[in-house]
Amino acid sequence: MSATPVHEAVAHAAPDAAAPTAPAAPARLAGERRSQQFLSRYVLPVLVVVFALAAWDAAVRLSGSTLFPRPIEVAAGIGELARQGLLLKYIAASRFRVTWGFTLAVLVGVPLGLFMGWFSWAANALNPIVQALRPISPIAWIPIAILWFGISDAAPVFLIFLASVFPITVSSMAAVSNIQPVYVRAARNFGLSRVQLFRRVIVPATLPQIITGLRIALGIAWLVVVAAEMIAVNSGLGYLIIDARNAGKRYDLVVAGMVMIGAIGLILDILVRRLERFDAVRWGYSRR
Amino acid sequence: MNRPAVDIRGVSMVFAGKRRGETIPTLDNVSAQVPEGQFVCIVGPSGCGKSTLLNIVAGFLAPSAGSVTVEGERVTGPDPRRIFVFQENGVFPWLTVRDNVGFGLLRRAADERARAVAHYIEMVGLTGFEGAYPRELSGGMRQRVEIARALAASPDIIYMDEPFGALDFITRLKMRADLTRIWQTEKKTILFVTHDIEEAVQLGDRVLVMSKRPGRIVDDVTIDLPRPRDLDAPGYLRARDRIFHAMGMSAHLGETAPV
Ligand SMILES: Nc1ncnc2c1ncn2[C@@H]1O[C@H](COP(=O)(O)OP(=O)(O)OP(=O)(O)O)[C@@H](O)[C@H]1O
Ligand SMILES: [Mg+2]
Repeated sequence: MSATPVHEAVAHAAPDAAAPTAPAAPARLAGERRSQQFLSRYVLPVLVVVFALAAWDAAVRLSGSTLFPRPIEVAAGIGELARQGLLLKYIAASRFRVTWGFTLAVLVGVPLGLFMGWFSWAANALNPIVQALRPISPIAWIPIAILWFGISDAAPVFLIFLASVFPITVSSMAAVSNIQPVYVRAARNFGLSRVQLFRRVIVPATLPQIITGLRIALGIAWLVVVAAEMIAVNSGLGYLIIDARNAGKRYDLVVAGMVMIGAIGLILDILVRRLERFDAVRWGYSRR
Repeated sequence: MNRPAVDIRGVSMVFAGKRRGETIPTLDNVSAQVPEGQFVCIVGPSGCGKSTLLNIVAGFLAPSAGSVTVEGERVTGPDPRRIFVFQENGVFPWLTVRDNVGFGLLRRAADERARAVAHYIEMVGLTGFEGAYPRELSGGMRQRVEIARALAASPDIIYMDEPFGALDFITRLKMRADLTRIWQTEKKTILFVTHDIEEAVQLGDRVLVMSKRPGRIVDDVTIDLPRPRDLDAPGYLRARDRIFHAMGMSAHLGETAPV
């Protein structure tokens, strides 16, 4: 993590000590630091992307491959999909499945994990099953998903649920056992009922780690939807990739699909990271 | 008042050790009576069972033998009428200073609650930091938040377990002066655990001295000196030396006397 939260914290704690009375020199220094931050945070990654695209382009041209697409062809492929209306349709289809599978996993995994973390008998009873199911790749479940749900949206939703429910459960459980005992004792001292203890201490104390678990699980869900769509349905970004390959070796569309998957994954991660900036959870990520 | 606020009778504590059958005798037949409104310090060497004793008195631990009676009721668990200030800071990091201080007041009306919160934030000198989060505060400020949170719940008794242990010397002196001032206005019964003899003599009406583990009370020293205390007054030095002696040390050499 960078030093930014500390700066912001200091500015917040002593608002009157900051900018207004600061002499010119420190202000200029601060300005320089800000522009440096801008450089390393935004300009640098863009440069790296541009460089990677150039290297890709050069490699394709040097090799003389006719099947593997150049970046410009991929961009054209994305444009073609957009014009046909397939792009938005497939993204919507994939997003629909991830939303449902992931939401179900949150609804099951968070309560289950909190429950197992709080009651050691529940952890003793359920942990072996959870730990044995967890290492089974969701891909291995595809035949069973098709057996149970056929070629329908339910199959990928089920697979996404399976893929994300275990990391969510395990991280929620760990979050409870990581609660500092002093918080629970303080809460008991103030005479909280069980429900109040849960709402006012257990939930806020575990939230930072639960959010981290959700972020990891969402990444996995997005991985799995693509795999599931290659087999169990006939729409979505995964289907796009396998269909472009099978129907005419359109590798420009294959890579276009991959690029869209990557871009959406990036956006999802940025959105979940936003959650980690809220004041009620930020304490859980700083060093103090 | 002839009924003591806190009545500790024959409390012993034996923990189970790591190995099977091993036992760790930690408290040995501790008895003490604390009258209402008294500021009592408990000193003893590290590991002698001070925290254990205070946790038993507060109801977080059940003693192996003996009993604790507070205001005429046998203690069986923690109670919001007696608030514990923890050795490791127990301020909730997900709440602002304001919400931390108001934590024990949820059953009160909103305006009454706001008034109490503002009052105690001012008392501990944190006005202006109501909206700050604990991570934005120094260690001393966090300890002030916890003290304000305890006071705001208007308990009859406050238990403090080395509340200033993690603070630097200057901050500790300031906190002691503030706590003395607060105690003089609030008139609470306070049980204050520390391993710092000077701290005990500066703060307490009375100092209970514990032996090393298994902890027993080996001396009970009344500190009848006006506050704020003059650290060079003969009475202060006498009390301090007596406690050093009771703990088997010489105040001037800081060495352990042969037993
Ligand atoms: N839950 C426990 N299980 C086993 N042993 C314990 C437990 N709690 C405390 N002890 C032991 O009891 C003894 C006294 O511990 P306690 O924390 O009461 O000491 P203390 O006087 O508060 O020390 P310090 O000044 O370092 O805080 C120690 O030897 C400790 O190892
Ligand atoms: Mg202790």
